Amino acid sequence: MTTPSAASVVDGASLRIADKVLGSRLIIGTGKYSDNETMLAALRASGTDMVTVSVRRVDLDRTKEEGILFHLDPDEFLLLPNTAGCYTAEEAIRYARLGRAAGFSEFVKLEVIGDQTTLLPDVQATIEAAKVLVDEGFHVMAYTNDDLISALRLEDAGCAAVMPLASPIGSGLGVVNPYFIREIKRRLTVPVIVDAGVGTASDACVTMEQGVDGVLMNTAIALADDPPAMAAAMRLAVEAGRLAYLAGRMPSREIAVPSSPTTGMLD
Amino acid sequence: MTLIDDERHPREPMPNPTTAARADGSPAEGEVVEVHLNGRTRAVPARLSVRALLEHLALEPEMIVVERNHEILDRASYDQVPVVAGDRIELVHFVGGG
Repeated sequence: MTTPSAASVVDGASLRIADKVLGSRLIIGTGKYSDNETMLAALRASGTDMVTVSVRRVDLDRTKEEGILFHLDPDEFLLLPNTAGCYTAEEAIRYARLGRAAGFSEFVKLEVIGDQTTLLPDVQATIEAAKVLVDEGFHVMAYTNDDLISALRLEDAGCAAVMPLASPIGSGLGVVNPYFIREIKRRLTVPVIVDAGVGTASDACVTMEQGVDGVLMNTAIALADDPPAMAAAMRLAVEAGRLAYLAGRMPSREIAVPSSPTTGMLD
Repeated sequence: MTLIDDERHPREPMPNPTTAARADGSPAEGEVVEVHLNGRTRAVPARLSVRALLEHLALEPEMIVVERNHEILDRASYDQVPVVAGDRIELVHFVGGG
């Protein structure tokens, strides 16, 4: 048994996706913050290198918030445009192309929703869209179910990362099926990033303890009472979970085993 | 999320359109064309380029992606591409999202 080496601490922090090496295993969404200052403070406290953004119409009446690029420096954070809100492969492809045309990166968080109530993904449409976008040179990071076969199909389609959910988007239920998450990680070669469902720091830690390469979250930080504080907690939790995974946990057993010597007791 | 025309929005009142251009081909004062802009029918000055349209709307080209009749435009082409009556134009940008 050794203490975590400097090397493993470094490995605990860096994550390679396609041609990019990220200094953090935490990817953060920029939605739902009360204001831009809070969002920026949270992003910085989290230590993240990559943040998701959405493509939407400019509000020509100027009644809504201006574009996020007025507040977010693309040199500070690698932008990951998403296709959130799309219900068909065609729509998702259109949004992905619009996001790339902004000119910041070839990355796209591909998301095709199949059901309005649960926001669970339409995996068939996601695979279909992934193939098209990979052919067009995108680095596709695909949001998907915690289902091994879907994850394998997305890897076969050429995705740069596969992103199974921990639980439904915005639910904060944590990892509902750690076994499936572990199995996906065991079987895939590309990075596996758990996307959606993390509610608090312990969820992020448990997620990373499954051996996955990273976590993507938004609501858990944005809707915390103090988003920058929660972002800092998530940073620590992701690092702790990664280190615990690398350290290798003891076997769990449903019997007690004393930690102190059973010999040498006084009469 | 579809970028569809939103029929709930009423049409903007049309300035009295003048169809005749001046003899030198420059737009007659007040001449407008109707385009479908972000799902609404809007009257904009006639014979604008895409770049001039963005200027007309006080938008920064570097912050915007333009899709014209379902085709995404290169920023380098904004000066050359004309805005024509009946065009379906989407002006999009990045907003916060997960």
